[in-house]
Amino acid sequence: MSQRDPDPSGGVRLHVVTGKGGTGKTTAAAALALSLAAGGGRVLLVEVEGRQGIAELFGRPPLPYEERKVAEARGGGEVFALAVDAEAALLEYLELFYGMRRAGQALTRFGAVDFATTIAPGVRDVLLTGKAVEAVRRRRGGRRPLGQAGDEPYVYRAVVMDAPPTGRIAQFLNVNAEVAGLARIGPVRTQADKVMETIRSARTAVHFVTLLEEMPAQETADGVAEIRGAGMNPGRLIVNMVRDPLFPPDVLAAAERGEVDVESLVQGVKAARLDRPSETADGLAREMAAHARRVRAEAAVRGRLDRVGLPAVDLPYLGEGIDTAALYRLADRLAEQGAAG
Amino acid sequence: MSAERLDVDALLADPGVRTIVCCGSGGVGKTTTAAALGVRAAEMGRGAVVITVDPARRLAQSLGLTELDNTPRPVPLPEAAEAGGSLHAMMLDMKRTFDEIVEAHADPERAREILANPFYRSMSSSFSGTQEYMAMEKLGQLRESGEWDLIVVDTPPSRSALDFLDAPKRLGRFLDGRLIRILGAPARTGAFRLLGAGVGAVTGIISKVVGAQALKDVQSFISSFDAVFGGFQERAERTYRLLQAPGTAFLVVAVPEPDALREADYFMERLAADRMPLAGVVLNRTHRPEADGPPAEEALAASRELEAGGEHPLAAAALLLHARAARLRDREAELRGRLTAAHPRIPVAEVPARAEDVYDIGALREVGEALGEAGPDGVPG
Ligand SMILES: Nc1ncnc2c1ncn2[C@@H]1O[C@H](COP(=O)(O)OP(=O)(O)OP(=O)(O)O)[C@@H](O)[C@H]1O
Ligand SMILES: Nc1ncnc2c1ncn2[C@@H]1O[C@H](COP(=O)(O)OP(=O)(O)OP(=O)(O)O)[C@@H](O)[C@H]1O
Ligand SMILES: [Mg+2]
Ligand SMILES: [Mg+2]
Repeated sequence: MSQRDPDPSGGVRLHVVTGKGGTGKTTAAAALALSLAAGGGRVLLVEVEGRQGIAELFGRPPLPYEERKVAEARGGGEVFALAVDAEAALLEYLELFYGMRRAGQALTRFGAVDFATTIAPGVRDVLLTGKAVEAVRRRRGGRRPLGQAGDEPYVYRAVVMDAPPTGRIAQFLNVNAEVAGLARIGPVRTQADKVMETIRSARTAVHFVTLLEEMPAQETADGVAEIRGAGMNPGRLIVNMVRDPLFPPDVLAAAERGEVDVESLVQGVKAARLDRPSETADGLAREMAAHARRVRAEAAVRGRLDRVGLPAVDLPYLGEGIDTAALYRLADRLAEQGAAG
Repeated sequence: MSAERLDVDALLADPGVRTIVCCGSGGVGKTTTAAALGVRAAEMGRGAVVITVDPARRLAQSLGLTELDNTPRPVPLPEAAEAGGSLHAMMLDMKRTFDEIVEAHADPERAREILANPFYRSMSSSFSGTQEYMAMEKLGQLRESGEWDLIVVDTPPSRSALDFLDAPKRLGRFLDGRLIRILGAPARTGAFRLLGAGVGAVTGIISKVVGAQALKDVQSFISSFDAVFGGFQERAERTYRLLQAPGTAFLVVAVPEPDALREADYFMERLAADRMPLAGVVLNRTHRPEADGPPAEEALAASRELEAGGEHPLAAAALLLHARAARLRDREAELRGRLTAAHPRIPVAEVPARAEDVYDIGALREVGEALGEAGPDGVPG
């Protein structure tokens, strides 16, 4: 081994970010990419679901099949993004490995590319994961096909994948198992084996984004078990949309039993010169009770997440929505909690 | 602008409505809505069945579904029995559904061959879109059986909103398409040659990339499959027409967040373009503050003032809590306004966010009540 980029994340170079739908995978993946790039690295953020969520998040037009710079990280780092498209990846792959550009065209004409990327089981996932792994292994001084060693520094300090949701993640990453049913030999199989080597290695970590809600937490627990079972490495739990507690525990516990110091609320409402102090105070008391129930439900979920046994980082709920500035804030929170180092 | 309210009870009571499809983007509450509609329909006296896709484990348990078994199971619901109705529920097992189609259409030996084919095995369990296709297939079967007054269909958390409409056609197209013909044609027959010189090259490349064995598996799968099914495409089209038919009502489920509403918007346009009968939108997880209280800005200012004064910490925190809730309500009202401006004629029903997840019959009933309440005379929040 010769010189390398400084490695800020304990040897992990492929960060796969999964989670239940809508929990904040795309947001967390982007924030993680920003935090990994901070201080002068180049990080690739990869999207594999054809949703163009990254472009939208960074307020850009849809990304072509091309690595483009989408943001600067603090301290001079850069985040590039790529929306991987299975068809384009297949044509690229054919050309790279077989010099078969024309063949690719013939395949397209007969619907074979469509076939391979949408129906032929596993092939699509081999292509998508294969592209991410290729970027992980790519070194400066020209592209080399997977597996060919080089000693130039890596092009990307890390690759962050905005991955499919928890329910499909193990199957998606375990391309080998899937392809084994179809292609027992042949180049697709060889490629799948190489992809698996990286994905199963300590250089790949699968992070789970969750909310403090029952179902995302349950899916997380199931997903972590599945990932472990498939011989891959779970990374961190990213607990998203965490709201700070507004009341001390004893006040919440009492509120849950319907015991709120309404008189004290009335005094406060009066002090603030608001209208209808007693009605307002009653309303506030009801809101507190509902809030207390929610906090307790969240605490129960937190307990279950603790039992999953992975290091957790919290991301705050940002009530104003997620814009680029918010992404930097989230990236900072990840860095503070050690998720980027 | 206030939207027309979606009269869910009228929809559930209408004997002409035989199928309700709950669709929408990931995690918005499709499964919850479907199950709640099932409970409510049953308690209104209908013989209802709910096809769920990947229900949360505790929800499945409370519906009495302990395993994927692809057959409707009765949900004990005394209130429904009293009203002369019943509820059944099932969890969709896409592989099992696919296997059943094979078993129903092939002679036993051929069925065995297909079921053992590695290509079939991975396609039936992992092709993205198979789940969508199978949900529709199952719907078709239940509709044909004539056993149910009302079938409520939950849809899979698709990669994109369109998968669910496109997947059946796509699968059908492939299984009937040109490539399949080429791959399925016995090599070196007249028909094969007719297709032109490109064919040899195509099969050559495919075999080079995936290996000759895999190509053989595909070919043998296709030839037996083709003989069994004839027109997969036709089957897909029948399913598609079933969705367009009167008696089907689509509900687009959404939550009041910009992304989800954008997707809902997209979905509604797509349903209209495909002439699918959209009954309305279910706006799930809306927030209504417990009390009117002061507006967000005023509450926030009051909270800051009290905070600074230091004498009323409880009221300061409670006002902050209220300010957040009021701000959320304002934002949701604005989003809802945009939705109704864009689709003025689409009725909307609202379901408030609950403090806890929905995983028992009681909670489903309450969600159903919220849906029902949203009728034309219901009291808006
Ligand atoms: N910490 C946060 N605070 C506030 N809003 C958030 C936060 N994280 C995510 N969001 C919002 O939640 C929504 C879902 O986030 P995002 O798109 O990242 O989720 P996802 O898991 O990628 O969703 P999908 O499954 O649809 O791909 C978005 O509207 C996003 O802006
Ligand atoms: N009104 C509500 N209040 C509180 N929690 C809710 C409400 N509606 C749904 N939920 C919860 O939200 C989560 C997601 O709901 P559900 O599973 O129905 O969504 P879905 O659209 O079917 O998701 P997927 O796309 O993953 O299938 C569940 O944990 C459910 O209990
Ligand atoms: Mg996303
Ligand atoms: Mg669901």
